[in-house]
Amino acid sequence: MPITRDEVAHLARLSRLALSDEELDHLAPQLDQIISSVAQVQEVAADGIPPTTHATGLTNIYRADDPVPCLTPEEALSGAPAVELQRFKVPRILVEE
Amino acid sequence: MNELTKKTAAELAAAIAAGEASATEVTRAHLDRIGAVDGAVKAFLHVAAEDALAQAREVDRKRAAGEPLGALAGVPVAVKDLFTTVGMPTTCGSKILEGWVPPYDATITKRLRGADAVLIGKTNMDEFAMGSSTENSGFWTSHNPWDLTKVPGGSSGGSAAAVAAYETPLALGTDTGGSIRQPAAVCGIVGTKPTYGGNSRYGVVAFASSLDTPGPFGRTVLDAALLHEVMSGHDPMDSTSIDAPVPPVVEAARHGDVAGLRIGIVSEFSGDGYQPGVMSRFTEAVELLESLGAKVTEISCPHFKYALPAYYLIAPSEVSSNLARFDGMRYGLRVGGGSAEEVMAASREAGFGAEVKRRIMLGTYALSSGYYDAYYGKAQQVRTLIIRDFDNAFSQVDVLISPPTPTTAFDIGERADDPMAMYLADLCTIPSNLAGNAAISVPIGLAPEDGLPVGLQVMAPPLADDRLYRVAAAVEAAFENRWGHPLLTEAKGLS
Repeated sequence: MPITRDEVAHLARLSRLALSDEELDHLAPQLDQIISSVAQVQEVAADGIPPTTHATGLTNIYRADDPVPCLTPEEALSGAPAVELQRFKVPRILVEE
Repeated sequence: MNELTKKTAAELAAAIAAGEASATEVTRAHLDRIGAVDGAVKAFLHVAAEDALAQAREVDRKRAAGEPLGALAGVPVAVKDLFTTVGMPTTCGSKILEGWVPPYDATITKRLRGADAVLIGKTNMDEFAMGSSTENSGFWTSHNPWDLTKVPGGSSGGSAAAVAAYETPLALGTDTGGSIRQPAAVCGIVGTKPTYGGNSRYGVVAFASSLDTPGPFGRTVLDAALLHEVMSGHDPMDSTSIDAPVPPVVEAARHGDVAGLRIGIVSEFSGDGYQPGVMSRFTEAVELLESLGAKVTEISCPHFKYALPAYYLIAPSEVSSNLARFDGMRYGLRVGGGSAEEVMAASREAGFGAEVKRRIMLGTYALSSGYYDAYYGKAQQVRTLIIRDFDNAFSQVDVLISPPTPTTAFDIGERADDPMAMYLADLCTIPSNLAGNAAISVPIGLAPEDGLPVGLQVMAPPLADDRLYRVAAAVEAAFENRWGHPLLTEAKGLS
């Protein structure tokens, strides 16, 4: 089932990418080609084969709960696009409908 | 070229420790070389000239004062631009991080500083390590020192080109699907993907966390091993770091030997799509290994052909999650106005290049409800099948071999807007990333049809990284004995 341009536009919204119309036109057939190729995994992965998320087989790791030095506020904010009162300044999150 | 830039890292470390050369003159020689050739190679995004000279003077001061020196004292190391470095920009080859200077060092950056290495600059790469040519860099494309019209491979192409162009004896890379081994192969140098978890990812900007593996580049097998040993070891700051001793890679690199070793040729990695010159050099390497006493057999790994499709589901899925952090809020580019969501979408649109967008979208698709089981879930099952293929192979042989990549360096522009063609460059390297084991690429000659370098990939079980160096050192010594000189001295791209 080919990926439609509308589906690609939806994916772009989910991905927080304000793609241009030209990019949507260009990406839609490329994604379609890639997805039909990678769908080969469905040929061999039969039911009952356990999934691997991680090659080392490690399980949860705990560290000692000891205080250690960390970044100063100035260091943490050093790359911020906007700062106010020693905090990250960001655009409004809630928008009136 | 200054004689100091022709020396290996091992020679430089010894000369500096013995007082036969100062770290300052070694650093200056490499900075001069960068000044002379990097306009053509374009390997570096940032040359840390003043900082490097200050580090070198500190090494010289320590030596004069009789203080102990680290294993790489005074040896220049170039750093792929996704390791965080205090005082140097870290861009990941992306406009979204242009000008960002991190507030902390990666664990590996710290270890290099602790070994008294001189961090000489940050190298170009495909944006966020996605690509096989450096053409996806947000800044520029690096050039292959063998032929400036060719790509140096990628994603760690800047690091590989810098080492091959004698701008630095050592460089750091990362390998998520082949991003160290493929550029090493096409630039005619040595590059290693260590066992996953053997090298800390703390401060390595994440691409695909279950696959990303930092590793070394050098012009010789011993040099790569020296850097490998300094980088490696358990790090509590990385919860996937393995708490086990570092394999004895330097010892192995000093004692190349394949007598009695059982070597398996991966039968799936030949045939259609493999350049004749890559295969003729490979056959010659097999004959050489047999002449050195190795027992070579062919081994089938039937699921390896599904590694590439599985990788292009797993890696993009992890990308879509990892790169969500680049939202223009706490660091990096911020574009546009309106709501936070509008600013995020505009900033990501302006800051990311085409391949990064493609992979974010692909990952978002593969993880979407309704598609998750059919794509991401199936890819994780294929990962199990690939690990089983390796387990079966390593129950019969000590190491596996194959070409590292199907062709020699391709033309700049040739695959730039053909993602599927670009992805094929990593066909032979991806299985080791999915399984988390160790692999190396070592030069084995030039393809007769184009005169460009060809590598040999050697793969070993997890934590048997030393086997790679034992085999690669034997191959290197035997070929250099046959050729009468190191392969890189034949590079004609630079005067």
